[in-house]
Amino acid sequence: MDTAAAETPRDTRAGEAPAIRVRGLVTRFGSHTVHDGLDLDVRRGEIIGVVGGSGTGKSVLLRAIVGLLKPAEGGIEVLGQSVRDTSDADYRRLRRRWGVMFQDGALFSSLTVRQNVEAPMKEQLHLDTPLRETLAAIKVRMVGLPEVAMDKFPAELSGGMRKRAGFARSIALDPEIVFLDEPTAGLDPIGAAAFDTLIRQLQAALGLTVFLVTHDLDSLHAICDRIAVLAEKRVLAVGTMAEMMEVDHPWVREYFHGPRARAALDAGGVH
Amino acid sequence: MRKTVHQPSAPPAQPVRFILEGPRLALSGRLDIAALEGLDRPRSLRMAEGCRGIDVAGLERVDTAGAWFLVALQQRAGEGVAITGAAPGTAQLIETVRRNLAPPAAAKGRATPLLDRLEAFGRKSDRAGRKALSLVSFLGQVVAAIAMLPVRPRRLRLTAMVHHCQEAGLAAVPIVALMAFLIGVVLAFQGATQLRQFGAEVFVVDLIAISVLRELGILLTAIIVAGRSGSAFTAAIGAMKMREEVDALKTLGLDPIEILVVPRVLALIVMLPVLGFIADVSGLIGGALMSWIELGVSPAVFQSRLVTNTDVWHFGVGMIKAPFFALIIAIIGCYEGLSVGGDTDSLGRLTSTSVVLSIFMVIVMDALFSIFFAVVGV
Repeated sequence: MDTAAAETPRDTRAGEAPAIRVRGLVTRFGSHTVHDGLDLDVRRGEIIGVVGGSGTGKSVLLRAIVGLLKPAEGGIEVLGQSVRDTSDADYRRLRRRWGVMFQDGALFSSLTVRQNVEAPMKEQLHLDTPLRETLAAIKVRMVGLPEVAMDKFPAELSGGMRKRAGFARSIALDPEIVFLDEPTAGLDPIGAAAFDTLIRQLQAALGLTVFLVTHDLDSLHAICDRIAVLAEKRVLAVGTMAEMMEVDHPWVREYFHGPRARAALDAGGVH
Repeated sequence: MRKTVHQPSAPPAQPVRFILEGPRLALSGRLDIAALEGLDRPRSLRMAEGCRGIDVAGLERVDTAGAWFLVALQQRAGEGVAITGAAPGTAQLIETVRRNLAPPAAAKGRATPLLDRLEAFGRKSDRAGRKALSLVSFLGQVVAAIAMLPVRPRRLRLTAMVHHCQEAGLAAVPIVALMAFLIGVVLAFQGATQLRQFGAEVFVVDLIAISVLRELGILLTAIIVAGRSGSAFTAAIGAMKMREEVDALKTLGLDPIEILVVPRVLALIVMLPVLGFIADVSGLIGGALMSWIELGVSPAVFQSRLVTNTDVWHFGVGMIKAPFFALIIAIIGCYEGLSVGGDTDSLGRLTSTSVVLSIFMVIVMDALFSIFFAVVGV
């Protein structure tokens, strides 16, 4: 599994800051503390899967890292730059280097699929229209959407197609990091597997770092280089699938040794 | 080549440079979307013409856009020209992009603009016709559901109806009363200025009474209610439709019309006449006040002239129209709500359609009533 990530060009740059570095993160909603002193490092060029029970703050962590949510305390660095203590201009430039795909794609409903993918290019760069259209069309085809979907509106697409289109938009500017929030939730097993393959392929081709929030044991097993388990308001364990199997914590044991986990492992062949 | 503007965000590599080494085109630097932004593409592409090989070993960063450009260079150079020296990741990316290039475009028959317009007009008319038809059929369904109520009175959702009476009726009293009061004031003031020229000040009472009771009171109330409650009906039902709550009702064997539409329609049919009555009273008070201040017509004179000179039918005509206006507003509001699709866009669009259409239909209905009452001579 690790070999595929090692091939990507970005991983070879030694001594670079990690893609994401979270230190002592505390987030609160009123009196309810979601994270309490959370630490997490994401290496460049890896696919990290973030798992955890409902309400452990997986999506909250994602939103804190991309700056949609202001943490109470703690430092967050992305690509060596602080997300919190930075000027607006720096933050804008930094934002261009990542892409986010929300749970249901969060496509702009008034734009077609192609226009959705063009939107980031239009806002961030001064490309001429034919070039923009060509590049957007390549991205739409890259995520495996059929030609007819190009000029359809999000409401006319199925859930799986919306997710693909959301993914296409998140990689529109060839970002260095993509954040994917439950990309395979609600997809049929075949669609989910195809999406896993797609993420793997694009990760290899574009040298992406992927921050994947998921519950899908199959995709954890199939594409993640490392897995981070969120529990007890912090990252309880980080490591490969094999290392996760060894962790001695009731929730982690339940999660990775439960019947569904075993089925996923059997299907993938134990590593 | 122009300098790119977005320099600090990218790695410190220079934007792409082209060097022709004999038959070989060598590229170096950074070839990403930002570099492409500042590139004179036609000129760069021309450089590939006639070259025998493209060497990309000097490139530092290649993204999808860069890979596309390399493929474009290669296509321009002609058959059999290879891209050499690509890093494994870049080579893979170039292949990925090549696989995903546009399929050879099938020549699209471009219709003339006039024909396009005609077609669009035809489609629009067809859609409008269908909508009118389905609106009428929806009206039929609702009326049928209401007609069945005396047979099976337990089907009426009384709690929901009372709730909507409060929301659409009671809560609208202050705004409706204020609006009508101000209309009375304005009518009295404008009427006074004109009537004083003839010394016919006292006729201001007739002016106010007839216009408020017969037309303005109920019409303006209906418009306010359409804006307040018609839109609320569309938004509430539309949001439920979007979240599949309406479908959930159907699968539970419940009729959305019975549960969502009938209580709203009945609530509005009950409340709009009440609101209209409040508007009438409030308008007359406003008119009387202004007549007193501006013309010195005392409230007692206003009252006696109102009672003796104004046919009670003026009031009746206004009140008769109220339930019909209510039906129009509620039916259109609920119908548009149920037409909301899966997207957020349609919710906003249909809410505004609902308000515009119901106000328009209320005015059309008012015009029809005018003709009707003129014919029967009331």
